[in-house]
Amino acid sequence: MSEVLLQIDGKEVRATEGASILEAACAADVFIPTLCHHEKLEPHGGCRLCMVEVEEHGRSKLVVSCIYPAANDQVVTTRSEQVDRIRKMILELLLAHAPDSETLLELGREYGADRNRFDKEASFCINCGLCVRYCAEVKKADAVGFLDRGTRRDISFIPEIAARECWQCKECFPLCPTSALQAAYVLVSSLAFPGARHQAPSEC
Amino acid sequence: MASLRSPEELELLRQETLAAREATTARVSVCAGAGCMASGADEVIAAFRAEIESQGLTADVDTKGTGCPGFCERGPIVVIYPEEICYLQVTPDDVPEIVAATIKEKGVVERLVYADPVSGETAPRESDIPFYKHQERIVIGNNIRIDPKNIDDYLAIGGYAGLVKALFEMTPEAVVDEVKKSNLRGRGGAGFPAGLKWEGSRDAPGEPKYVIVNADEGDPGAFMDRALLEGNPHSILEGLIIGGYAIGAHEGYVYVRQEYPLAVENVLLAIEQAEAHGLLGKDILGSGFDFTVVVHQGAGAFVCGESTALMTALEGRVGEPRPKYTRSNVKGLWERPSVLNNVETWANVPLIINNGADWFTEFGTEKSKGTKIFSLVGKITNTGLVEVPMGITLREIIYEIGGGIPGGKEFKAVQTGGPSGGCLPEALLDLQVGFDELAQAGSMMGSGGMIVMDEETCMVDVARYFLDFLTDESCGKCVPCREGTRQMLNILTNITQGRGRAGDIELLEELSEVAVGASLCALGKSAPNPFLSTLAYFRDEYEAHINEKKCPAKSCKELVTYYIDAESCQACMTCQKKCPYGAIDGDRDRIHVIDPALCTKCGICFEVCPPRYDAVRKISGEAAPPPPAEEERTISRKSKVT
Repeated sequence: MSEVLLQIDGKEVRATEGASILEAACAADVFIPTLCHHEKLEPHGGCRLCMVEVEEHGRSKLVVSCIYPAANDQVVTTRSEQVDRIRKMILELLLAHAPDSETLLELGREYGADRNRFDKEASFCINCGLCVRYCAEVKKADAVGFLDRGTRRDISFIPEIAARECWQCKECFPLCPTSALQAAYVLVSSLAFPGARHQAPSEC
Repeated sequence: MASLRSPEELELLRQETLAAREATTARVSVCAGAGCMASGADEVIAAFRAEIESQGLTADVDTKGTGCPGFCERGPIVVIYPEEICYLQVTPDDVPEIVAATIKEKGVVERLVYADPVSGETAPRESDIPFYKHQERIVIGNNIRIDPKNIDDYLAIGGYAGLVKALFEMTPEAVVDEVKKSNLRGRGGAGFPAGLKWEGSRDAPGEPKYVIVNADEGDPGAFMDRALLEGNPHSILEGLIIGGYAIGAHEGYVYVRQEYPLAVENVLLAIEQAEAHGLLGKDILGSGFDFTVVVHQGAGAFVCGESTALMTALEGRVGEPRPKYTRSNVKGLWERPSVLNNVETWANVPLIINNGADWFTEFGTEKSKGTKIFSLVGKITNTGLVEVPMGITLREIIYEIGGGIPGGKEFKAVQTGGPSGGCLPEALLDLQVGFDELAQAGSMMGSGGMIVMDEETCMVDVARYFLDFLTDESCGKCVPCREGTRQMLNILTNITQGRGRAGDIELLEELSEVAVGASLCALGKSAPNPFLSTLAYFRDEYEAHINEKKCPAKSCKELVTYYIDAESCQACMTCQKKCPYGAIDGDRDRIHVIDPALCTKCGICFEVCPPRYDAVRKISGEAAPPPPAEEERTISRKSKVT
């Protein structure tokens, strides 16, 4: 595969053609924050935290680096006043849901985000979709999915599948940037299969 | 019906249809669009058929339910040809008189024709009615002339001639060039040049290619595409087949929302009839070109009007926009080159091919060619669909065609472009309607929604309403849209309920910047527009709500107070009896007083107080005067002897 040459934060970076700017940056040890990205998964483009400024063909624009393909002669800036402003706001919006998430708090400190900027609506889940996509793409199990849309969007385990698949797996738990996932699982398993929790653990 | 094997056979059928129709002396067209049907058009059609039969006129008079001609305010609409007499708000009871006076005697039933509200002057012919006179109805004008359920009607007005011309006289490249030359821009929202989109797909690698009709019309108050699909489905199919031929696609889709059952029914029927005539399917009219169309019903998500979300939904997955940075005309449906155009865009295609790009470009402005259909709704005298040349001013649409604001109220703003559009104030009424002109003013053409607002509309509440719509219709995938609109709605709701705080405007602006700059798709990127445009032109209303807890339009319930003016009240008991909550204390001869603890601010007392007293007052941002002391509440009526 051919290579492309671009500049990220002043560094000359080589990347394989077809790689995203995020992948190119990672390979060159340039850190770009993400919440919904996972190397084993298809890029999602949902959290928008990895937004960067790209200058190409004489024009500068904001793009999400997890999806935008790296190309020759791009000049990428991973931190600028506007990028930082967007990241700060995204973190503040998410902290309203998961005010105690260590991942969010740490990023929040970097970008000066105020965890109390918005009224709390503590749903804990920030809809990054890591669990949903991991379960579908890597485990091919589809035991957890999204429900509804817009501001009512939520994750939920599907009891029939979860009862069959999840006790042996639980690989999605550590992916969750908040504590919402485990709680959702415990909730659905205890509601749908009362007593099941006492029988299954011996096997795992 | 035997399948037509050549253009000559199609022409022969057309001539036979026309010849057969020469036998009839009159035609009764009754609008059978969704609006007129809701006001009883089907009963009117049945009444005409029965009356014409009982008069023994069945062989002479052709009665048909047609597509919507747009004057929805005054439906059911009936037009009698060849005289083109237009009757408004017709009921089944009017039918015998119309048949006797107009069909038999060639006279006019004066009481059913349009009369100018001021001068009283009547306009019996459709083309003389001011609502129609200032329009340029090249696309929607055929609706009233055809029964959408009968392909013969479409053929009789020259239908599918554009397809014949494209297939037999033009190369696919020439069709693309003609559309490019016409500068037809997408009627669905963004106004992207259709010809360039087609060319991109034609040149893109990958087979098969697809052409798609976006009929997922979802803007509140908008029904242009609905009227076209219901009223003239063959025109859209013809455009789609031409598009397929031009880009090298053999499969087409119509993505239509299932909330439009009549549109679904009529388009399915049209496909069936076109297939039976050899106008769809294998080897169309012997040209060697194959093309099929599938109808896909959407499940009612506004976001599926977004091109990539629509294509994802067509693939059978959840309708969410794709995050990719590739154009869907290069990699669209199933990753194949796909041209997606709006209903109205497709309906323009046969006209352009038939009449040529030079004809089309005679309409409109330098950068916006042709006409545009708007659904004119809200506080407007003539609600309905209007088709106007690009470049007409908002003032002409609202006052000359729309007949102005009803009830003697003042114009305040016009919202164009649907939920992603913006509100324009009176100072911009002379703005020319065009894609770029509207965008520069902070609004957009969108698909053609046009909501007129009067002095009683609160602009902060308008922004709140649209944000509420968008939080519900956002797919929820990306944070700036899902969480940004959620917080914007919270703040706007607080402002309209008197809980606005200093700094709210700035916070809304900051949220807007992030939504515009960082959202995944056009829904999120344009979601702040209702706020941004109302702030730009009506900032004083935001400030009054926040700083003075005052709603200048006296529309926000939480910021309004009702009281009864003691000097004016004549203790007539009208409001006291009508108050549904028993909040008005009073008696005959005892001045009425509203108990604020019981009052729900429903406003009924304000509406029912006789205008000659005008005693119930509505205020905002100020305290109501204290009620009169108990001993001062008795009215001593002036007796006639003094």
